[in-house]
Parts: sequence; C-alpha cells; structure tokens
Amino acid sequence: MTLVMPILLPFLTGVAALLAWDRRPVQRALSVLGAAGLLGAGLALLASVWRAGVQTLPVGNWPAPFGITLSADLFSAIMVVLTGLIGLAVAVYSLGSVDPDRERFGYYPLLHILLMGVCGAFLTGDLFNLYVWFEVMLITSFVLMTLGGERTQLEGGVKYVALNLMASALFLAGVGVLYGVTGALNMADVAQRLRGVEQPGLVAAIALLFLVAFGIKAALFPLFFWLPASYHTPPVPVTALFSGLLTKVGVYALVRVFTQVFAHDLGAVQPLILVVAGLTMVTGVLGAVAQTEMRRLLSFHIVSQIGYLLMGLGLRTPLALAGTVFFMAHVILAKAALFLVSGIVHRLQGTSDLKKLGGLYRTQPVLTVLFLLPALSLAGLPPLSGFFAKLALVRAGLEAGEFAVVAVALGVSMLTLFSMTKIWNEAFWKPSPEEDGTTAGRCPTVLWLPLGLLAALTVVLGLAAGPLFALSLRAAEQLIRG
Amino acid sequence: METILAFVIGGLYAAGLYMLLRRSLVKLVIGLALLGQAANLLIFTLGRLLRGRPPLVPPDAAALAGSSADPVPQALILTAIVIGFGVHAFTIILIKRAYQTVDSDDLDDFRTTDQ
Repeated sequence: MTLVMPILLPFLTGVAALLAWDRRPVQRALSVLGAAGLLGAGLALLASVWRAGVQTLPVGNWPAPFGITLSADLFSAIMVVLTGLIGLAVAVYSLGSVDPDRERFGYYPLLHILLMGVCGAFLTGDLFNLYVWFEVMLITSFVLMTLGGERTQLEGGVKYVALNLMASALFLAGVGVLYGVTGALNMADVAQRLRGVEQPGLVAAIALLFLVAFGIKAALFPLFFWLPASYHTPPVPVTALFSGLLTKVGVYALVRVFTQVFAHDLGAVQPLILVVAGLTMVTGVLGAVAQTEMRRLLSFHIVSQIGYLLMGLGLRTPLALAGTVFFMAHVILAKAALFLVSGIVHRLQGTSDLKKLGGLYRTQPVLTVLFLLPALSLAGLPPLSGFFAKLALVRAGLEAGEFAVVAVALGVSMLTLFSMTKIWNEAFWKPSPEEDGTTAGRCPTVLWLPLGLLAALTVVLGLAAGPLFALSLRAAEQLIRG
Repeated sequence: METILAFVIGGLYAAGLYMLLRRSLVKLVIGLALLGQAANLLIFTLGRLLRGRPPLVPPDAAALAGSSADPVPQALILTAIVIGFGVHAFTIILIKRAYQTVDSDDLDDFRTTDQ
C-alpha cells in the first residue's frame, strides 16, 4: 500500500481539484494538502524500504514477468521524497504567484497529475510502463508550459513539445526492439535475458537508443537546446517544478536503465557516457556565463549540473553512483530554490534582467541570504550540500583513474562559482540603476516559506552529509547489485 | 512480409525526419506523427509476424502448443496509438495557437526565446 500511495494521492488530488473547477479556494487548499500528503507518503515509503529492503507490488496480482510490477528501492524512494518536497514547495509558492486566469484554467489539477506521472516513473519496474508514465508527465508538462498562451510560452512550447515527442518516439522504438530481442518488459527480467543474447552490436544499438531518448529528456550535450529555449517562459513555479523534477526523471531513467537493464559491460557506450558528461558540464556552464537574464542563466545551469549526475553513472562504481544520488538530492533542492529566488526578485523589482537589477543586498537582507545559500551550495562550497556531492564524485573519479573528467568537474565548479557571483554582483551588490533605489513591490509570505524551506534543506543536506551519504551509498549498492 | 515492412518502417522514419527538418510548423507535426507510426510498426514487426496461430489454449489442453502470435506487442501498440492520439491532438492545437500568436508558419520566426 505504501508503494501505491505516492501515485494514488496526487491522482486523487488532481481529480478532486478538477471536480472543484469553479471554486478556486477549494482547489488551492486541496493542492497544498495533496502535496503535503505526497511528501508524507514518500517518507513512509522511504522508511519502509529502509527497514524491509526493496518493495515490489504486482499490479492486478499478475505475477512478475507477465504483469506490470511497481517496485521501489532506496533510489526510487529518495526520488519520491524529493518529488514530495518540490511538489509542496511549488504548491505553496503557486498560491502567491500564479495569476487567477491560469488558476481558472486548471493549473492545480495539472500540477498534481504531473506529480503523479513523475512518481509513477520513479516507482515502475516495467519498461513500457515507464514510457506510459513519461507520457503522462509530458502531456501535463506541455499544458503547464503553454498555459497562459503568451508569445514566448508558445514559441518555447513548440520547441519543447517537438523535441520531447521525438525523444518519446525513440524511447518507444527502443522498448520495441528490446522486447523483440528479449521477449520481456520487466526490467529485472530483461536484464536477465539480455545476458543470454549473443549479439553485442544489437544490444549496444538498443542501449544507444535509450541513451539518446533519455538524453533528450535529461538535456545532455548535444541534445539540450530545447531546455534554455523554453524553461524560462512559463511562470516561475512551473519553471522551478520542471527544473527540479523533469530533467531529473530523464537522468533517473538513464541511471535505472544503465545500471539494472544493461547491467553487463557495454563496450564503447560506457566511455561515451563519461565524455558526454564532461561536455554537458562545460557547455552548460559556458552558456550560463554568457547570459544576462537571471532565469535563462539558471536554465543553462540545469544543463551543466546534469553533467555531474551523468558523471557518476559513467564511472559506475558504488561510490560514484552514491555521489550521483546525493548530487541529485542536492541539485533538485538548490536549483528549485534559485528559481524561486528569481521569482521573488522579479516580483520585487519588476524585471529579472541582471543589467536592470541592483541594490537588493541593501534592501532585502533575507533574500540575499536565501540566495547565497543555494548559490554557494551549487558552486560546491563547504559546508553546503554541493561540496559533499562533488567530493564524492571527484573521489570516485580519482579512484577510477578518470583524471580528465575530474579536471573538467573541478573547472566547471569554478565557472559555476563565477556565474553565481555574476548574479550576486549584478542583482544584489551593485547599486540599483533606478535613481530612488527603492524596491517596486512587496512579496506575500507564501513566496518566502517554500524558499526558506528549500534553502534550509540545502544547509541540512550539507550538515547531515554523513548519515545522508550513507543512505546514498546503500541506494547505490542496491542499484549495482540489482 | 518482414522485408516489406522493414522498408515501410525505414521509409516512415526517413519521411518523418525529412518533415522534421523542414521549417514549416505543420510539417513538423506531420513529421512527429510519422515517427510515432514508424515506432508502432517497428514494435509490430519485431513481435514476430505469424498468421492464423492465435495465442489461445485449446479446450482440451493445459498450455499453448508450438509457437503462436504474441499478443503483447499489439497491446503495446494500442497503448502507444491512444497516447499518440492525445499528444498529437494537443500539438495541433498548440501550433494553431502559435501560428495565430506569432503570425507565421516559419520556424525561423520562433526565435525570440533563443537569444
């Protein structure tokens, strides 16, 4: 039952919110309650997986290789908890920042169906079912992306929709070929049968299909162009949700498929992953350095951070995968927090163009601190969460003797710090270009609460790095042992 | 039969990709639809093509004897067709709205979010 709740709760919340179509206050209350419930369900799942090991549930009581299996190991459970956290933060933030028109056209139901799709993707143990959850997630994200119909949203939406649909078609083809070769869809079953397949070329081709399909969704180099072109166009809570969860589902799928389905040696695909990881880090951060609009800058950063997540997968040692799991938690929280900061900055000064911003350090000390915590964490300064995440990845890289990617990871860290100082200098430190220097608007408390929560969590993640990293290590061992 | 279908699938992929590479919004959607159909046919073909051997256990037997058609690929395709229907319906409405708002069918005019 604990296994179904993270899927069932957002579904019920979404349906209930749909039924309360004309009553916005009811929808808003339902949305926050549902997201809090999802977080609770995630924590319950994590606790039960921690105590009792991997949980599986044959849906409809069909036994494992025939029916669809839901299964949760520690990695899935951690991801569901993170989904709950981001869901809750975004649901609360939305109360104060989504305009009534968007609320009237089903913003809250969409939000929760999206969360359902994300949780479903984390919990399924069946490849085709994974495709279905991806589509649930995609179609709701399409609508969330374009809801409101502003010109930039539609332009970004066309690119987002086109690239993601193409990725879905490739994913579907990959699943089809894999089924043709192995006659199975259950991930554990496919992995077992793949060992008996004597055509390494064919298996590598299937692996590449999955790598490209998930790579588009995860925004890897050179498949990331849709992301900076579209992520900054919808309202801030939607961007925070997308940046926190959607690309990470792509990375999750990559990790899942490349550790558990293609469990054996993949020949040339394995080093390819490391090369792509390095290039993703570099191009992302270089793109970010060139930007002057806060949300676009942060969008490029998403790409750069995806490279670190992939680096752990490319090394594929327990320590490296533990680094990926820990980095996942860190980057989801820090990134969403930074987008929420950009929303508040926009609210206060009416723009998020760095050239027109300034003086926030003087007028908004709290916001300054709440920006600095996730920003420095993202750059990897101790004792914040990013430091320990990168430390684990770098150590794993050194142990594996992959010095080039370690050097790239460290260099990109410097550039990350540089681009974060750029936001700091332009938006916070330099005097405001406006003559009076006063801030234009005020922010309701509902915008501050989720930001405070996420920023505090990046600190907690750093301070409690020991036990949390032990958890990640156990998750990684489960991934490798299968 | 497999050979013919292989050429059909290849043709669909090629046509789909060609359409995706055009600048027109409408052709983009057609290309995406073709790619989806190509993937469906691919699954169909890879599920082994067998005629007249339904996967039904005869009344006097306990299990299937010999090879029979695999129903799973067809279930997968059915699911994929339904999903594709919904997604493409959305995409068509999206490009209609995009066309009305941007006042152009040319993807080169969709650059304001790229700079």
